[in-house]
Parts: sequence; structure tokens; C-alpha cells
Amino acid sequence: MMVILRRAGIFLLTLAIASIVVFAFMAVLPGDPAQVALGVNATPELLAQTRHAFGIDRPLPVQYLDWIGGLFTGDFGRSYVTGDAIGPQLLDRFEVTLWLVGAATVVAVVVAVPLGTLAAAKHRTASGTVVSGLSQLGAAVPAFLAGIVLVEIFAVSLRILPSGGWTPPDADPVAFLKGLVLPALSLGLVQAAVLTRYVRSAVLDVLGEDYLRTARAKGLRPTRALIRHGLRNAAVPVVTVLGLQLATLLIGAVVVERVFVIPGLGSMLLDAVGGRDLIVVQDVVMVLVAAVLVVNLLVDVLYTVVDPRLRRAR
Amino acid sequence: MLRALLALTLVAALAGCSAGSTAYSSPSADSITIGFSAAPANLDFTRTDGAAIPQALLDNVYQGLVRLDANGAIVPQLATSWTVSPDRRTYDFQLRPGVTFTDGEPFTADTVKFSVDRVRTAWTISLKSQMDVVDHVEAVDPLHARVVLKQPSNGWLFSMASRLGAMFAPNGVGNLATTPIGTGPYRLDRFNRGDSLVLKANPGYWGPKPAYGRVVLKYFQDPTALNNALLSNGIDVISSVQAPDSLAQFASDERFTTIQGTTTGEVVLSFNNAKAPLNDKRVRQALTYGIDRKALLDTAWAGKGLLIGSMVPPSDPWYEDLAGVHPYDPAKARQLLSDAGQQHLTLRLRIPNLPYAVDSAQVIRSQLAAIGVTVSIEELDFPAVWLKQVFTGHDFDMSIVAHVEARDIVTFGNPKYYWGYTNPTVTQLLAAADTGTPEQQIADMKQVARTINADAAADWLFLLPNLIVAKKGITGLPPNQVGEAFDLSALGRS
Repeated sequence: MMVILRRAGIFLLTLAIASIVVFAFMAVLPGDPAQVALGVNATPELLAQTRHAFGIDRPLPVQYLDWIGGLFTGDFGRSYVTGDAIGPQLLDRFEVTLWLVGAATVVAVVVAVPLGTLAAAKHRTASGTVVSGLSQLGAAVPAFLAGIVLVEIFAVSLRILPSGGWTPPDADPVAFLKGLVLPALSLGLVQAAVLTRYVRSAVLDVLGEDYLRTARAKGLRPTRALIRHGLRNAAVPVVTVLGLQLATLLIGAVVVERVFVIPGLGSMLLDAVGGRDLIVVQDVVMVLVAAVLVVNLLVDVLYTVVDPRLRRAR
Repeated sequence: MLRALLALTLVAALAGCSAGSTAYSSPSADSITIGFSAAPANLDFTRTDGAAIPQALLDNVYQGLVRLDANGAIVPQLATSWTVSPDRRTYDFQLRPGVTFTDGEPFTADTVKFSVDRVRTAWTISLKSQMDVVDHVEAVDPLHARVVLKQPSNGWLFSMASRLGAMFAPNGVGNLATTPIGTGPYRLDRFNRGDSLVLKANPGYWGPKPAYGRVVLKYFQDPTALNNALLSNGIDVISSVQAPDSLAQFASDERFTTIQGTTTGEVVLSFNNAKAPLNDKRVRQALTYGIDRKALLDTAWAGKGLLIGSMVPPSDPWYEDLAGVHPYDPAKARQLLSDAGQQHLTLRLRIPNLPYAVDSAQVIRSQLAAIGVTVSIEELDFPAVWLKQVFTGHDFDMSIVAHVEARDIVTFGNPKYYWGYTNPTVTQLLAAADTGTPEQQIADMKQVARTINADAAADWLFLLPNLIVAKKGITGLPPNQVGEAFDLSALGRS
């Protein structure tokens, strides 16, 4: 019980600090949201009116408390640029980003677990070294660059996949999947490269463990012993890294969404910064921060599922 | 076992690719997809500013009494004809019979009154002030609407061809942000915010049936992504190429054809006329003589575009070619600077961080260095920081911005505008042009254009071209971007 309370406390405290930092950054960002919203035809009277309508003529602490108070009641406020409620839009965009991050995670795991295991099991052979080297190379490639290269190959040259755009799954499932392939690959493959290295070292660690030798001694073939007894033990560090990577993926999605013209949280954030739609920026960043914190929480829970010993330790 | 796992992985990774082994988007006979750069934030141009919403909806979903044709002339749309009273204050419009909105409401003189009155009562965008000149609207009979102005205004009828003149169904304005209801050839099918807008032919349309039953407007923030979409068959048309350098890759590909037209976007090197040293006409003229605009156009915009010499695009009735008035003449420029006692001039060129401005600024810096002027370039985040510091704060000597709004020459009559140009003659001529007959308007506006050119109130670097790239066989694309709308009604196929 205490543990849960303490966790919840840390969660809320982190969110509170993040909110202050975000708000402070927005407050010092040069540019007047009212001016950007009205454009070149704005008169001083209209500007004053609009500033008042936005509520940005009030003292900063009042603006902050108003915003935070709204968040607590689930009210994300209204966009400066469009006047629309932000909440529903945020939900739509978050769903898009979740699809992208989810698909990228699947790509990362599906590629990294077998490759990393292979690299560990054969770490003294050529194939192990090749996997190891490739993963090092892959980890150094930024996701957007991978995206540009993939677009050049599969969209522009081969013309078998769309170069960008987004079809909601309910509108056309086939187009949805085709549109998801390249962004998920560019985001996922880079993460796969990083993850492969962790899988490899985790598997290498368990390969040297006594229980694996015992399993071998009982007559299990090396592969079978590794899969039955080794992988689950190797999973704890891998799950940790995966959790950390999810945060990286969320941030990476911001850039990849731009490259592939995907209307997720990332494009929403970049558009809002350009249009000085500060309240949207604040909301999106808070959602991202909350998502990262939730993922961290889930990783902690997942430990105890993977490794029953940790349940007693708490 | 491991080998099996590895094989499985490869199969999974490749599954997506092989699933798409047929071309993913072939333009079907009845559907066309057009790529644009700026996406509409919502669909309500009465309350949300920006070019993207009227570009998509005006003339296509919404229609006005009049519209601008491809050459910039005001022509009938929902009005079949109109007359203007001798005092030029009363406009009588004969309305097209048998027109209905997509929600079934009929279009009548009452609709005209409702829509024009509504600009003042319900619109919030700053453009709405252009309708302040309206005194009242009368529905004389169902097909005869009369608009009475407070004072004569030629600019008012021109505004009626913009979004400000759009006709709305009285029962159809409940949710404009998502549900536009108009009388046009198309109606909204689906709006995927940030991604695309799907229009379907309006079965009850009063005019000729459009050639394409379905039009998808797809939005790409990133110019490279827009180009890639056409190269990969994802779209059929690029409505406006943002970087002329990329034209080469389309020119060498036989699938495509390029259309070049004009816009109303003057790329202006603005001078701060209100502040020394640029309050001295000789200095401004010297700078104008010291810049080789042809060379600049070649460098900054691949030689596409038009040299204009004043704030008038060819689509305005008072256009004259003034590009040769201040030819490139470094010797004369030096002489003028020495006359003004400014042989060692340093100027701050504060520009938006946009490609055309950055490229033009580099050329200007090196050309002005040749006449002894030192230029320091500062890039400002556009629009936020540029609007605050240059446009509102007037903290600059020179700047470079594309002024894209139609007939924005009137800003030279406003001494408070950021270029700080004060000339009572120009202000009077602009007022006289607005209230006079169309013939007088043309004569006065020509006078304005010549005066600001002679004063070197700014240096008009070039007029942005309208560059469309389309798959061969698509016809009826609007070559010029002279109004707010991207007219889809004439689209066809050969």
C-alpha cells in the first residue's frame, strides 16, 4: 500500500514540476499568440480584444493555475488559433501516435529478440559478429534519416508503398496498414538495433549461469535450454530497456510524423509551436510526459510478472 | 530452432512490403487527389483565419454572388447580373433561380441579406472589417437583392468575390467548423484533420456536373514529402511547388507536366521609410539601383517568376510593367549614396526564416556590398517573431516578405503600416480610386503604382510564380492563383 502511495506521489510531483517547466518555457518564447492568430490585418484594438479573449492579458501565475485547474477536471482548454476544444483533438492525435509507437515497438521486438539471441548464441562466429556490427551501425542512424531512405526506396523508386499520409483504420484498413509500414519500420528498426545489443548482452549473461549448465546436463539441446530457461531470465533487463525506449520512441515519433505527414501528437506539437498556440503546446507536452511516466510505471509492474522473485522483494 | 525464428522475423518484416506489391494509388477515373502545403485547422473561415480554408471551400463548396475568374476579373456566380446606381452606393443583384443548398434550403434574396449581415454579427477574423462599408441589405423580391453602401466602394465588390461574399444557408451555420453547407459543385464528404479533405460531387448542383465525382485535397507540411507523394503516385497534382529547385526532377519524368502561372504574391524588399537613413529617398533609390533583380530571381527562385517594379500583379486591371524604371546601375547607386552623404552605410536586414527570404537576402548582401553598403542579415522565426519585431515593432531597416494578399498596394496609403510610407497624395488617390468609376479607379491606381515606384518606397524583387505539377492528362487546373479559391469545377481529363 505504501509503495503504491509513494509511486503515485512521485508521479504527481513529476507531473507538477514538468507543468511548471513547460509553462515557463512557453512564457519566455518570443512572439505574441494574438498577433500570430490575427495576422497582418490586426488592429491594436482587435489585438487587445484577442489577448483578452485568450486570457493572456492576465498575470502569469493566474494563467498557470487556470490551466492546471482545467487539466485536473479534464478540461484542456481551447486552441488560440481555432477556438476549438483541445481535449477531443488531443485524443484523436494520441490514438494516431499510439498506433505508430505500438507498431514500431512490435517491429523492434520482433527484430531484436531473435537477432540479439542469435548474436549471443553465436558470439564467437561470423554471423554473431555481423549481427553485432550491424546493430551498432543501426543504433547510430536517426529515425528520420531511416525514414527518408525508406521513402526513397519503397515509395519513390519502387512505388509499392505510400510516401506518407494517414488513413484511419476504420476508413480503410488496407490503406491504413500500408501507410503504417514505412513509418513503423523507420522508427522501429533503429530501436531494434539498440535493443538487439541489450538482448545480446542479457542472453550472454544467462548463457554463463549455472542453471543453464544444469539444464544442458539434464540433456536439453543448447537451443532448447536457452529458450526454455534462458530467455525468461534475460527478459528483465530487456524489459527495462524497452520501457526506456518507449520514451525515446514517443519523441522519435514527433520527427517521423513530420517526415511521413502523419497527423499525430508530434505534428500537432510542431504546428502549435509555429502558430504560437501555446496552450496546445503545453497540453501536448503534458500528455507526452504523462505517457512516459505511465510507461515507467507499467515497466515496474511488468518486472513482477516476468520475475516472480521481485514480488516478494517488495 | 533459431534459424526458424530468424526466418519468421524476416517474413514478418517483409509481409507489409509484399502486401503492397501493386501500385498503391492509381488515379481512378472518377477520383483525383491534389496535394497542398498548408492544412486547414478547421472548416470555418468566418472565425479561423488563414488561406487554407477558403482555398479548399470557396467556389467549390461555398459560392458567392460573384467570383474571380482565372485572370482576376469579377464575374457572375450566384448573381446572374448586377447594376450599380449613378451615385455608386446601391448595387442591385439579379439572382440565379433554382439554386439550393446541400441541406435543401433554397437560395434567395433573403439568403443574401442573412449572409452579408452575418459578417458583421458573427464573423471574428480581422478581414471582416472590409464589410463595414455596407449600410444595409434589402430583399426586394426572392430573386432581387439590393445592397446599399455607406459610401461608394469598388473594393467592396472585390471583397464580395472573396470568402467575405460566401453565401450561407440560414439553418446551416450551426457547426461550420466541421459541417460546411453551400451551393457549390462539391460537398464535404470527410475531413481528416491535419491530413486530408474529401469532397464529393453535389448531386443537386445548379451548374454543369463536375468531371471528377470525388476530389481529395491532401496536405503536406513538408515540401519534400509533397514532392515524394507525387513521385510515388500518392497524389495526382501538386497545387503549388514550394521550392522551384525541385522542378527538375519532375521535368525529367515523362509522367508529369508543369504549369506556370502568376500569383498575387509580391516578394518585397521593404524599407523602413520612417527612419533614418531610409527616410531619404536618394538612399532608397540607390539601393534599388544597386540590386540586380534578374540575377536575384535566377538565384533565389530558379528564374521562375516575374519582375514587376511595383506592388501590382498582372491580374489587376491597372497593371503596368514598371520593372525597368530603376535598372541595375551600380555607378548611379554610388552617386546617389554620395549625394546623400551615406558612403559608409550599414543596414540591418531582418528577415523571416523562410527559403525565399534567406536566399534573396544573401544575393542582396553581396550586391549591395559592391556599392559600399554593409548588410547584416538576421533571421527571425516566422510568423511569431517577425510579426512582433518587424511588422508591429518596426525594429528593422530592411526586410523581405512575400505579400500574398490581393490588392495589398493599399497598404502604402496607411502611414502606420510597417514600411512607414507617408505620402498624402497616395492616400488621396487610393481613396478616390475606391469611390470613383471603374475607369477612374484604373487611372488612379496606375498613378499610385508609379508614385511608389518613383519614390522607391520599397524594392519589388519579383512576383512569385504559381507552379503546378500534374500527371499528364489532367486538364482544367487553375493556372493562376489570383483569388482565395482553388477552383476545382473546371477539372477534367484528356
